[in-house]
Amino acid sequence: MRYAMVIDTLKCVGCSDCVVACQTENDVPIGYCRDWIAETVKGVYPNLELELKSERCNHCDNAPCVRCCPTGASHVGVGGIVLVTADECIGCGACIESCPYDARYQHPDGYVDKCTFCHHRLEKGQLPACVSVCPTKCMYFGDLDNPNSEVSQLLKNRKHKTLAPEAGTNPHVFYLI
Amino acid sequence: MQEELFTSGRDIPNIDPSLQIWHWPIALYLFLGGLAAGILFFAALFYVLGKGKEYPAAVKFTSIIPPIALSIGLLALVYDLTHKLYTWRLYTTFRIESPMSWGAWVLLIVTPLSFLWLFSYYAENYPKTEEKLGLLKKFKFLRTFEQFLKTNRIYIAYALIPLTLVLGVYTGILLSAFNARPLWNNAILGPLFLTSGLSTGAAAIILMAKTTKERHLFGKIDLGLIIIELALIVHMIMGYFAGSQVQLEAMELLVGGEFTLMFFGFVVLLGLIVPAILELIELIGYKVPVIVAALLVILGGLIFRFVMVEAGQLTRFLY
Repeated sequence: MRYAMVIDTLKCVGCSDCVVACQTENDVPIGYCRDWIAETVKGVYPNLELELKSERCNHCDNAPCVRCCPTGASHVGVGGIVLVTADECIGCGACIESCPYDARYQHPDGYVDKCTFCHHRLEKGQLPACVSVCPTKCMYFGDLDNPNSEVSQLLKNRKHKTLAPEAGTNPHVFYLI
Repeated sequence: MQEELFTSGRDIPNIDPSLQIWHWPIALYLFLGGLAAGILFFAALFYVLGKGKEYPAAVKFTSIIPPIALSIGLLALVYDLTHKLYTWRLYTTFRIESPMSWGAWVLLIVTPLSFLWLFSYYAENYPKTEEKLGLLKKFKFLRTFEQFLKTNRIYIAYALIPLTLVLGVYTGILLSAFNARPLWNNAILGPLFLTSGLSTGAAAIILMAKTTKERHLFGKIDLGLIIIELALIVHMIMGYFAGSQVQLEAMELLVGGEFTLMFFGFVVLLGLIVPAILELIELIGYKVPVIVAALLVILGGLIFRFVMVEAGQLTRFLY
C-alpha cells in the first residue's frame, strides 16, 4: 500500500476550507498550520495565469527529514506516511532544515509537528479531514499501489506535477494541471 | 514574471517569511566544536609523535580550552532544542544516516576524553592551584586516577586523533547534508569546516605558546591551513557558480548579496588573508605581534560559522 494525495489545481478555488478543517481536526495551535493555500501568478499583464493549490507535507519516498532525524522520531509509517513520534522528538530542528517544502514546524509544546495524512481517520476508514471537506471536491486520496484506485486512474489519465521534484525527494502529493 | 504567495495566511513562527530555526547557539557550537577538535587534534598528534616536551603549549597548556569550549558548546546545543526533556533520546539509538546522531555520539566520547586529558596535566600545569587545593594530596583515589591517566595517555591520544577529525568534519556535514538549503548542500563544507577548526586550534596554540620556536611552527601550520581554507572557499564558490538555479541564488547571498561584506570582508580578508600575511611577515623574520594574527583567525572562524548558519537558512527550493 502506498498512500497518495491528488489535488486538481483546475478545480481548487483557494477557499482555505482544507486549512481550517485540518486545524480543527488535529488541534493545530493558533497561528500554525499543517496545510496552506499557495497562489501562483505567472506571466505579464494582461496575459496572466493563476494557479491555486493546497500544499502540505509531501510524504516523500526519499524523505530527507527521516534521514536526518537523530533519534528516529521522524519515521515512515504504514502506507508510506511520514510521521513524528512526539515523545522521541528532541526539537533539534534538523528535519525542518531538511524539508524543501517547509512543511514542518515546531509545536509550542516543543516537538516537531506536521501533516499526518490524518492517519487516525484512515484507520477508521475515513478520508483525511482536508479531503473530506473540500467544497469543490478537488482533492483525492487513495492507494497508488492499487491500479484501479481513483488516484491511480487520475494520474494515469491527467497531466500532473509534483512540487520541487529536483530536490530528489519523490513526493507523493500530486497536482493535476 | 512569477509571483507566489500564501493566501491562507500561512505565517508559522520561525519559518515564514524566512526560516530561522537555528539561531546563534548553533553557530557558536559549530565554532567551539571545531576549535576544540583542532586543539585536541594537535595535542594528540604531537603527543603521539613524542614532541610533548618540545611543544608544551600544544600538548599541555591549551588542554584547558577544549573542555570549556565543548561544555559551552553542548550547553548552547541543548539550549537550542525545543523539546529539551527528551534530549536523552539521542542516546537510545544510533542513526547512521543522520549527521546529528554521529555528532551526538562523538561528543559523548570526545568531551569526557578532553576532561581526562586536562586532568592528566593538572599537577604539571597548575602547581599553584594544586598547592592551595591539595586535591591530589587529600584524595588517594584522585592520585591513583591521575597516575593511571598519565601511564595511559598515549591511548587517549590514539583515540583522539580519529575522533577529533570526525568531530571537525561533522560540524560541516551537519549543514551540508541538507539538500533543501542549497547554500549548505555542497560536499566541500565538511573539509572546509575541518580546516577552519584546525586553523583556529593552531591559532589558539599560538596564543598560549611561550617559546618562539613553538609560535613559529604553529604559525607555519596555520599558514598552510589558511591557504588550504582559501582554496576550499574558491572551490565552494566555483561549485555554486556551476550549480543549478537554486545554488546560483544561494551564491548571490555571498557574492554581491547581503552577506558579501561579512563573508569577503570579515571572513576572507580579515580572518584569512590578513593573518596569513602577518604570519608570513613574522616567518621572514620581522617582529609582528602574532597575537593579532591568531585573534583574527579565531574571530574569522567564529564569523564564518555565523554567516553560513544565517545565510544558509535564507536559501530554499520553493517560494
